[in-house]
Amino acid sequence: MSEMQNREKIIQLQGVNFFYGNNPVLEGVDLEVSRGEFIAVLGPNGGGKTTLIKLILGLLYPNSGKVSIFGREPKRVVHRIGYLPQHIEIKEDIPVTVLEIVLMGLVRSGKFGWFYSNKDRELAFNALEKVEMKKYSNCNITSLSGGQKQRVYIARALVSNPDLLVLDEPTSNIDPQGKFCFYEFLTSLSNSETILVVSHDLSITSAGIDSLGCLNKKLLYNPEPKLTQEMFELLYGVHRHTCPITRHGPYPEFILPT
Amino acid sequence: MLDILSLEFMQNAIWASLLVSLVCGIVGSLVVVNRMVFLAGGVAHTAYGGVGIAIFFGLPVMITTIGFTLLASLGIATATVNRKFKTDTVIGIFWATGMALGIILMDLSPGYRVDLMSYLFGSILSVPGIDIWLMLAVDIVILGLVLLFYKNFLAISFDQEFARTRGVPVAGLYFLLMAMIAISVVMIIRLVGLILVIALLTIPPYLAQRKAKSLGKMMLLSVLWSIFFCLVGLFIAYQFNLTSGATIVGTGSVCLSLMLGWDQFKKINSTSRVQYR
Repeated sequence: MSEMQNREKIIQLQGVNFFYGNNPVLEGVDLEVSRGEFIAVLGPNGGGKTTLIKLILGLLYPNSGKVSIFGREPKRVVHRIGYLPQHIEIKEDIPVTVLEIVLMGLVRSGKFGWFYSNKDRELAFNALEKVEMKKYSNCNITSLSGGQKQRVYIARALVSNPDLLVLDEPTSNIDPQGKFCFYEFLTSLSNSETILVVSHDLSITSAGIDSLGCLNKKLLYNPEPKLTQEMFELLYGVHRHTCPITRHGPYPEFILPT
Repeated sequence: MLDILSLEFMQNAIWASLLVSLVCGIVGSLVVVNRMVFLAGGVAHTAYGGVGIAIFFGLPVMITTIGFTLLASLGIATATVNRKFKTDTVIGIFWATGMALGIILMDLSPGYRVDLMSYLFGSILSVPGIDIWLMLAVDIVILGLVLLFYKNFLAISFDQEFARTRGVPVAGLYFLLMAMIAISVVMIIRLVGLILVIALLTIPPYLAQRKAKSLGKMMLLSVLWSIFFCLVGLFIAYQFNLTSGATIVGTGSVCLSLMLGWDQFKKINSTSRVQYR
């Protein structure tokens, strides 16, 4: 793991505080993610996970502290980031093919016009091939299953060959079977991408992550994919052995604190 | 019937129908996919304030109304872009205030009141030649803007949050779309009046959306549907001496009902075939 820590820092958050009005959402958050690292950030609802992502993407600015992505301000490097949102507000009823959705991943400020070049289409087809959805390129998104839709949105995030992949609750709309297929896919991607996943689902830890973060206003980081006692208490506010989740949940024992 | 095509007012009406259909199809498609129908209705009714200003001060009606409606729509856009205020409340306020302003200024204006009805219900048969050229200019501008920003409009229509992360100027495009709605609405008022503007902005795109596979094709189909409603409605209105605007919208409503009925019939038919097997 020390080799990973010696690599170039892709994401750097230093002493970040963020408030919505007077309500603190992030308090003194420090985080460094190295090139090639696959990190999962766990947190409960309202813990600040989506806010963290928005800070990384440059959609929000911290009240204090610093956010650097590839050593620069996030807004200046958005074209190097692939993003999979929680897609709550996507209007899937508008007439648009799978290919057009993936091509949206190439839209940028300053790029105009109504048609895509052959090179853009080739990139889109390659991205669809990576997620095994190329044969659906001419289909409407509404005709696909939840897992297939998620693959299309992943292709949209990958089409621009990003250096950093950020995923927000990627398994929230997938059934348990699809979830583990998705984790296998993420594991294969992690060989060539720096990946940050935020989730409230402990099962993400079976996706072959390198390191783990826990976020509930404050952030605790472990360069190993294991929950420490402090992390567990930060997440759930109780000792592991009294928490009903650990008695009933299908979570890999190796990640839980002893 | 072909005799009527030699009449100048009918030629102007047909040209106006074709030119307005272009904006109905293009802008209407964006209104429908972005779920801004109520907003477009608010802009349309606010436009009446511009009509009142033009008549009260003796200014050219179309240009004055376009200017006033543009300002009003940008005001609505400013109040609603970040959803700081309740969108439906803001629209309702502009809607009512614009109408009230127009009516009061009409009351204070000397002369005949026929203009009141023509702007409420349309007056396609009295479109002057100069307005046709203005409509053509507006069509060229709107078509140019949509072609230039098509990819961006598609991205924000489908997933605004993702578009924002790609650096697309979402707020700027929202303002641009509101401006395009304002200009389109003033053109459509000429045909069907402000009461029925929403119909031409929604029925053709709704019909097109059911068959189109892309936003571009939806716009094209929508334009064709609009042309069909306008020309057939115009013909029926002429034959039976009816209000042209209402007849155009009535044609659209009948087509919509027939298509929905046909789809329902096919659905019931295929369900009963499965049961009998």
